Amino acid sequence: MRRTVSADAIRLAIPALSLAILLGAVFWLQPRAMSYIGLNLLFNLAVPIALATIAQMLIMSVNDLDLAMGTFVSFVACVTATFLSEEPFFGVLILAGAVAVYAMLGVVIHLRNLPSIVVSLGMSFVWAGLAVLLLPAPGGQAPEWVRTVMTMKPPVAPMAIVASVVIAVVAHFIVMRSSLGVLIRGVGGNQRSVERAGWSVLAARAAAYALAGVFAVLAGISLVGLTTSADANIALRYTLLSIAGVILGGGEFIGGRISPIGAVIGALTLTLAGSFLSFLRISPDWQIGAQGAILIIVLALRLLLNRLENRDKRR
Amino acid sequence: MTFRGMLLASVAVACAAMPVSALADTSDKKIALSNNYAGNSWRQAMLTSWDKVTGEAVKAGVVAAADAFTTAENQATEQAAQIQNMILQGYDAIVLNAASPTALNGAVKEACDAGIIVVSFDGVVSEPCAWRIAVDFKEMGRSQVEYLSKKLPEGGNLLEIRGLAGVFVDDEISAGIHEGVKQFPQFKIVGSVHGDWAQDVAQKAVAGILPSLPEIAGVVTQGGDGYGAAQAIAAAKRPMPVIVMGNREDELKWWKEQKDAKNYETMSVSIAPGVSTLAFWVAQQILDGKEVKKDLVVPFLRIDQDNLEQNLAKTQAGGVANVEYTQADAIKVIEGAK
Repeated sequence: MRRTVSADAIRLAIPALSLAILLGAVFWLQPRAMSYIGLNLLFNLAVPIALATIAQMLIMSVNDLDLAMGTFVSFVACVTATFLSEEPFFGVLILAGAVAVYAMLGVVIHLRNLPSIVVSLGMSFVWAGLAVLLLPAPGGQAPEWVRTVMTMKPPVAPMAIVASVVIAVVAHFIVMRSSLGVLIRGVGGNQRSVERAGWSVLAARAAAYALAGVFAVLAGISLVGLTTSADANIALRYTLLSIAGVILGGGEFIGGRISPIGAVIGALTLTLAGSFLSFLRISPDWQIGAQGAILIIVLALRLLLNRLENRDKRR
Repeated sequence: MTFRGMLLASVAVACAAMPVSALADTSDKKIALSNNYAGNSWRQAMLTSWDKVTGEAVKAGVVAAADAFTTAENQATEQAAQIQNMILQGYDAIVLNAASPTALNGAVKEACDAGIIVVSFDGVVSEPCAWRIAVDFKEMGRSQVEYLSKKLPEGGNLLEIRGLAGVFVDDEISAGIHEGVKQFPQFKIVGSVHGDWAQDVAQKAVAGILPSLPEIAGVVTQGGDGYGAAQAIAAAKRPMPVIVMGNREDELKWWKEQKDAKNYETMSVSIAPGVSTLAFWVAQQILDGKEVKKDLVVPFLRIDQDNLEQNLAKTQAGGVANVEYTQADAIKVIEGAK
């Protein structure tokens, strides 16, 4: 019993530890960040990234990969800044349709046995095209309520932290505690045994994709809430950020091994790494490399601990 | 002293100190440059000018610091994070060349709310609390036709070389050129090609359209395309029209050769990358307590027959003619806007 707990704990401990170390370093470099406003400024752009990371995590939990995450979030941002604020009914309809398309992608990928990377790469051009059609030039206006929610100032902890915790808890309950979540992770772990047990893998995959669509839609809406307007290219970086966030947070590409809380922590760590490097005054030419170095260090750490864990098991 | 007394005393000190800092003293102020891209010669020149001018200003004690930051990737979300970091770092003003005119508005608003002056230039932002130093691209196009109308009073056919299709700047300059043609109806645009602001693309495009054109008197351009047009026209052995240049080094060099050989006359116009230094001085003036209108217009850099040599000598090989602005220039621009 003790052993299994510690394996899960290790999985979560490394991302949490890296976040804590980075946060400590940022506070040391920039004491001003150690305040309500400071924390909000450090983390508020991490909220949409965290949501996109959860979406990517859901897709990865069924052993797929979504390369359209960035363009899809951009598309949602464009819908939010145009239709959702001018004709809310129509806007909601479009977003619901987009989630339905995601579910359908899951169905098509499963039925035709297509590689998800190829399908999502193709879809990324579709989303990018639609986004440009909606907003040929940057603009639009965030709906008032989205802006209000994203700039709320709750007592005790800033909005960015509260939102991150809420996202982590909700995702944890959906993926780790609900029967649907168990099913989805089962598909990633051992598809055949889930099938033999009488479950519909098709439905599970469609549900995972639909849920991912919902989280990605939330990412787009929250992003517009922060930026106040949209741009067809606003979130292109999210594709790689979301994948990196899942992996940093203790997830794996295959096997349905994922951790929602870890994913949110991973997204926060990635955002913080950017600020840390900028506070360090590292030249921009080196920043991408340095960001990569942080990723590699964390992953190496995990590999090391995984190996220790395995050796323990073998004993 | 009681705590309350201490509080009152410190308030009094703060009040006494405030008017002093609002007046003509920016020596303790820190200004940051937030830049979204550094991948071409124009942006490189922009950053070099910034370093040079602000370096001197810091040494002279005009401001405490003027640090330049460039995002690793040309993405609005990354630049928004960069701006938020600058707020945390305690800068008093942010000079901004934005990746998107709208997607940074949230971050810019946060900066304004934190009492930070935001001055955007070149890539300006639409957030009302920020200052904008915009380029009047329309006027840049119109002035070309105006120059030609003086040079060629009888008018004639014009070839228009446009920039990158679908980019805002291209539409603006072209609109200005068409406005100019309306104003001087002796000119007629007989052909229009996209040169993508690059010499090789322009040369190919012009070579392609030339056989179908009647005799042309002038070529109106957007910068970066004049040399290519000249090469194409020379290769077709057609009489050389008046080609308006765009301040690139190869264009100026060709012009100089032609001027020496056959007294060729034209003019050249573009935006100086040193506009970053103008934005710096405007930010400094605002910190100084000057009343400055939110929308300012950058003068563009025009090179004429008589100051060609002087400008060519100052331009680096492969670069763009540049001008670095002084505090006095900024004051002039600010006064001009009132």
